Amino acid sequence: MTYKNFILVYIGLGENKKRDKKIHDDFIKKLIEHNIDDETQVIKAGAHKLCDTGTIVKVFPSNTLYKCSSREDISNIIEKHIIGGNTVSDLLYADHYREQIRVVMRNCGIIDPEAIGEYIARDGYAALEKVIFEMTADDVIEELKKSGIRGRGGAGFPTWKKWTFTKNVDSDMKYIICNADEGDPGAYMDRSTLEGDPHSILEAMTIAGHTTGASNGIIYIRAEYPLAIERLEIAIRQAKELGLLGDNILGSKFNFDIELRYGAGAFVCGEETALIASVEGKRGMPSPRPPFPAVKGLWGKPTIINNVETNANIPMIILKGGEWLASIGTEGSKGTKVFALTGKIRNTGLAEVPMGTTLREMIYDIGGGINNDKAFKAIQTGGPSGGLIPEEFMDTPIDYENLQNLGSIMGSGGMIVMDSDDCIVDIAKFYLKFSVDESCGKCAPCRIGGRTLLNMLTKISEGKGELSDIPQIKRVCKAMQKASLCGLGQAAPNPVLSALRHFEKEFKMHIEEKKCPAKKCIDLITYNILPDKCIGCTMCARACPVNAISGERQKIHVIDQNLCIKCGACLKACKFGAVSCQ
Amino acid sequence: MNMIKLEINNIPVEVETGTTILNAAKKVQVKIPTLCYHPDLVAWAACGICVVKIEGSPKMVRACATPVEEGMKVITHDPEIIEVRKTVLELILSTHPNDCLQCPRNGNCELQNLAAEFGIREIHLEKRLRNLPIDDSTTSLILNPEKCILCGRCAHVCQDMQNVWALEFVGRGDDTRIAPAADAKLSESPCIKCGQCAAHCPVGAIYEKDESNKVWDALEDPELHTVVQIAPAVRVAIGEAFGYAPGTLLTGKTYAALRRIGFNAIFDTNFGADLTIIEEGSEFVQRFVHGKGEIPLITSCCPSWVDYMEKYAPDFIPNFSTAKSPHEMVGAMSKTYYAQKAGIDPSKIFMVSIMPCTAKKYEITRSEEMFSSGYQDIDVSLTTRELTRMIKAAGIDFNNLPEEDADPILGTYTGAGTIFGATGGVMEAALRTAYFLVTGKELENVAFTAVRGLEGIKEASIDINGKEIKIAVAHWMSNIETVLNRIRESRKKGEEPPYHFIEVMACRGGCISGGGQPYGTTDEIREQRIKGLYLDDEKSTYRCSHQNPDIIKLYKDFLGEPLGENAHKYLHTTYRQRPIYKI
Repeated sequence: MTYKNFILVYIGLGENKKRDKKIHDDFIKKLIEHNIDDETQVIKAGAHKLCDTGTIVKVFPSNTLYKCSSREDISNIIEKHIIGGNTVSDLLYADHYREQIRVVMRNCGIIDPEAIGEYIARDGYAALEKVIFEMTADDVIEELKKSGIRGRGGAGFPTWKKWTFTKNVDSDMKYIICNADEGDPGAYMDRSTLEGDPHSILEAMTIAGHTTGASNGIIYIRAEYPLAIERLEIAIRQAKELGLLGDNILGSKFNFDIELRYGAGAFVCGEETALIASVEGKRGMPSPRPPFPAVKGLWGKPTIINNVETNANIPMIILKGGEWLASIGTEGSKGTKVFALTGKIRNTGLAEVPMGTTLREMIYDIGGGINNDKAFKAIQTGGPSGGLIPEEFMDTPIDYENLQNLGSIMGSGGMIVMDSDDCIVDIAKFYLKFSVDESCGKCAPCRIGGRTLLNMLTKISEGKGELSDIPQIKRVCKAMQKASLCGLGQAAPNPVLSALRHFEKEFKMHIEEKKCPAKKCIDLITYNILPDKCIGCTMCARACPVNAISGERQKIHVIDQNLCIKCGACLKACKFGAVSCQ
Repeated sequence: MNMIKLEINNIPVEVETGTTILNAAKKVQVKIPTLCYHPDLVAWAACGICVVKIEGSPKMVRACATPVEEGMKVITHDPEIIEVRKTVLELILSTHPNDCLQCPRNGNCELQNLAAEFGIREIHLEKRLRNLPIDDSTTSLILNPEKCILCGRCAHVCQDMQNVWALEFVGRGDDTRIAPAADAKLSESPCIKCGQCAAHCPVGAIYEKDESNKVWDALEDPELHTVVQIAPAVRVAIGEAFGYAPGTLLTGKTYAALRRIGFNAIFDTNFGADLTIIEEGSEFVQRFVHGKGEIPLITSCCPSWVDYMEKYAPDFIPNFSTAKSPHEMVGAMSKTYYAQKAGIDPSKIFMVSIMPCTAKKYEITRSEEMFSSGYQDIDVSLTTRELTRMIKAAGIDFNNLPEEDADPILGTYTGAGTIFGATGGVMEAALRTAYFLVTGKELENVAFTAVRGLEGIKEASIDINGKEIKIAVAHWMSNIETVLNRIRESRKKGEEPPYHFIEVMACRGGCISGGGQPYGTTDEIREQRIKGLYLDDEKSTYRCSHQNPDIIKLYKDFLGEPLGENAHKYLHTTYRQRPIYKI
């Protein structure tokens, strides 16, 4: 049967999953009604972008993206587009992904991740075949070296070096681990890749196994990713059935197997030595390096740990050559990077862009600018381990070194945009709290320093800070950076230090003037009713959840400051601008 | 071995491959401060005090865990490094109670020393105590998690050195604490009370249950006849608390100190060791020569080992020597034989053991056989550390004491009795007597050097009357599993057991580095203490237990035959399987 059209329905997670599945089913029903279900195929695809207001569908071959919220929308798409051949302009979904180059997410949303044939049809497993039959291990490493690819999990270590270390160690056993313990708040590129293109990861790991002489692969994946797990399991099964995984791969003498290990959601288990401890059944706590896992890792054997995004690049590098990837990006950072854009921005979602794209392009061209046209304040890159970057550095091309020089990191690619409503002390506190909560508790600088720092920031946000706190904060930050054992502790002060570096004035306002300009720190703000504007409509009093507002109808109302919890409900309720927040 | 050349603070140094920066620095007299590091353990690298710089890297690395590299240029001290270390130390101190004056580690605390070395006068950071409950559920050890600095030594000793897994990290982040898994009490945990956690703790977070007050009370009670005995290992370690070099043999001064403290009779556990050898040696001959009972015979004088076996290896219960440990034998004999001879009401005898061991505190009530005299055979068991504190509290100038003798009739000992305190010593002592028991002849050369030394598992075979006796000696608990598995393997195959006689001691090096010994034990110190015991052996008049005239007299006057009815009543015990977790 040959289909003329394809409709990809992106199935989201959580609440959206049910809604999206219904749309998928309704599309099929509608096609049957029109008796064209034999020429148009409806395909479920992994969600690679978030949308809360409707289901995203893509129609091929025209490659049109629609947002579909009702049966009416379905009818419109089928009748006007599929049958009529016209674009339904009302339903078009703003495609802010146009400028992207898709390497990592090349197949996401295009193929059915549960059908290995679709992956193969898009050159899947061709790289593995090439590696097994046409390339030596040194050839493979040479291509990786030429490509300039660096680890996408955080630190940006050159991938070819890792592979070389492991390849050169003589050992009866070696392991290839895929780090799918994605934990940065707001980042979900790895989940999307695993859900949308699981075979690319299996292929990359098998290539790594063949190149370094390993026969065991482990995917360490968060148990919170059930769909990714399901799809990986299906993919592993299918690959084994076709002889692409298991014994005698593609008829060669090469054996490689992959199993899944579930992480219980500890952020620190993304750190490679802690990850290894977790796989070994121990408490997830990091160990000192050296020895590096590439030399002495899982069960004391050489172990390559690459994250999902790094792996997704590998087959493409093999097929198109290292120079091809190296032609994308900047001097020190090659290829593309997937970012998870979120925060106070119009278009949130994943975006794969070439390294070297500027922050401004990310925020305004791809992200569509700040919500409600408010003023941009800062962007946090690299999740809780990264730092805040202010307006003046917006034209910085994004690469590993540039971000580091700005006191942030690439990390796994989280990007959270903040506007003038966000308080810098509050944001620094928020990120630090994440790291403090996720600290494993092993090393003193991180375990104690993190909490001490958080308490000092809390003190400032409560208006109890003193100027002498700032040098103490800097001192503790430095001890954490220099003396913490692993990346979590070393990077935990980054949000605080970058906030102090770029927004020291705002800190000082909290300390000296006891004011929070963003009006976020509730201990530093008071709500008052302006007598000249209040008409006594009682709306504010009725909105107040703690009955802190008194006043009779048509009389001026008053807030009892002792009762007020500063929730802001009165401000929202007042239609006359009579509630002030200072 | 490949050598590596590097520079530490511009001082050139050459060390073997794999040496850490910390140890390389020691070679050129550079002292890098440490806190969580302990030479017995693989560097856990938790505290962050030992950070150093390597030229060309913006990071600081941990000297304890970082191996040297060719051409490396290390900077161990500069204002920035010192500032970082000091901040880390302040952070640790900010969560540590400041009650040093009431702390069991006062004056002997690694954290206190570090604070003094860094000249800490003020903590600029918020004080945050955790208010965690104390676990005093065992009769041996007290765990005070509030004092814990989470260096991890205790957990690693318990898991890696001892293979017991009683202590674990519980909770995460700032809530992390050391406790048995699932927050069980120590008494409900697999804990074998060996006290190696306490011996390795740098602060006062886990320590022996101090019972010296019970002893002071007894000494003050005019109704009571107080009797004391000292274990072999005590005499070569106690001096460390008074400035002597480790291994200095101080038997006479210790007797004198005990007498001045006010004990009415001073006995020696070494006498008990000789008695144990007679019983255990006879047991071996009975099993090996006469085929009555299981082979291999396994020694049972270490109460931690007994506890471990009852929990983790109950399939070896029939292999265990039923002979009680030496101090228990002395306890039973004090309240029977001695009481009779001296005409003292045994109910008025208060029997104290001075032991290198925390598990002995548990052993004294572990089964009903510990009450064989009709009373609790040992009333209190103190550690070496508790005794040193008593000596100091009593105002005794230990160093200038005269050498005194023990009291008759349970104080004479042989060289075989004294080497009980070292790994291999029980085996060596037993072989000396077993040889005599089998052949009726005395050995010409009594030294079985093959079973000496700090290697974890030692194997040897000895020819007695044309029969080859295969022996194994294992110490520090994690080594025992290997030995037991070899036996299990042979059992499964229905083969001859690979060994006939096995000695096990829970602590590395034997009792000389028991959980109750002076702090700061390292392999160097272990070797010195062992040397001290063998020196005692060499200069002894009698080198074999069966030659001890007071032992001969004891059998003649009171016990009768070895393994006879009286011997069984007073000198033997039983074992039973115990649950690993009592929850």
